[in-house]
Amino acid sequence: MNHLTEEQFVLYYYGEGDGSPAVRAHLDGCEACRADYANLQRVLNVVDSAPVPERDANYGAQVWSRLQPSLGGKRRWKLPILWPARHWAAAAIVATLLVAAFLAGRYYSKAPQQTAGQVRERILLVAVGDHLERSQMILVELVNARPGQPLDVTSERERAEDLVAENRLYRQTAVHSGDTRVASVLDELEPVLLDIAHGPDRLTPEELEKLRQRIEGDGILFKVRVAGSTVRRREEKASPNAGQKTL
Amino acid sequence: MELTDSVAVAQARAGDSGAFRILVERHSRNLFRLAYRMTGHQQDAEDVVQETFLRAYRQLSKFDDRASFGTWLYRIAANCSLDLIRVRKRRSEHLEPAPEEGAPDPVQSLPDPAPTPDRLAMSGEVERKVATVLNSLSEMERTAFVLRHYEGMCIDDIGRTLGVQPNAAKHSIFRAVQKLRRALEPLVTAS
Repeated sequence: MNHLTEEQFVLYYYGEGDGSPAVRAHLDGCEACRADYANLQRVLNVVDSAPVPERDANYGAQVWSRLQPSLGGKRRWKLPILWPARHWAAAAIVATLLVAAFLAGRYYSKAPQQTAGQVRERILLVAVGDHLERSQMILVELVNARPGQPLDVTSERERAEDLVAENRLYRQTAVHSGDTRVASVLDELEPVLLDIAHGPDRLTPEELEKLRQRIEGDGILFKVRVAGSTVRRREEKASPNAGQKTL
Repeated sequence: MELTDSVAVAQARAGDSGAFRILVERHSRNLFRLAYRMTGHQQDAEDVVQETFLRAYRQLSKFDDRASFGTWLYRIAANCSLDLIRVRKRRSEHLEPAPEEGAPDPVQSLPDPAPTPDRLAMSGEVERKVATVLNSLSEMERTAFVLRHYEGMCIDDIGRTLGVQPNAAKHSIFRAVQKLRRALEPLVTAS
């Protein structure tokens, strides 16, 4: 007698295929297959035990409150997950910097004056400093825009889209490297950048005012400035020429 | 009386954001569960839920009334999850050093079985191992398996969702089950 295959077991377990009665009949008469199938059942039952974090009954309302601002009006939808090629280019730049930092760390380790870790840190600081500066520029442009008039923010929106991708990556890097202050600022910056990136190309005076209040109310511009200066100072300190006199 | 999905969809298409809100509130938790099973990360799952509804809202006019709205959302969520998994994979390829040649298969390197299945299940060790194995599956295997095992989607629908022939979906499920079995059977059959 031919025994059942694993594929037949799987299809039977899930109620797929048209061989169920035949499989059932075989299992009834074959102890070896019955034992084998019981093992498969046990494994798949255990897989069910993999936990999923529970979301409470208000979760749908929370999702809606985050979603609702993005649903107003006819706007060009941008996906936080699926970035077009331009965003990939930004992500690639970031990735290249990180790889460069890694490689630089390896090669520069031969140089006695700086350790690999210092070189890596410096390259990352340069990248994060640049990121904060570019974010700051967008925030400043929006905060300083003439009030009471509609504003075309196509350029700011597109730049924000690029920065969102970078921001996430830097935040994760900062978290991993234990740089909680930078991570915290980047964490606060991200939703603001997302709002700008997912907003319309043209802001009404009301929308602009709302955005300005958000930026100023959260003090995010100030925090980005401070973090930017701190990162720049650290970058200077980490420079191999730090402490040397310049002409 | 509670609005059915199809009525809510029709009203949302006509511009009633309140009707779309009902759909969001009704399906969010299920989508989160699916997204978490697919991505294995809470924050990613949150992003997938958000993204799924954004896409659904944008594509509402393309939704076929004869289909189930929930299933349609699942398909969008599965695709969003896949996109995210790809993004994460690309990122990790840049951020993490590649495994050394000849490095042990993570599934194979799972520790040896411990005492009894009950105790293991209680201790959460099995749960961690299940997660490890799920993470080791290819994206196609994981998606097909999650949709079949946790979401109860039939193989034909899984094929449609993933844009592959049902046979390919079926074999992905077989491979996933095979890997899970190889890694977990020694644990669950230990006495």
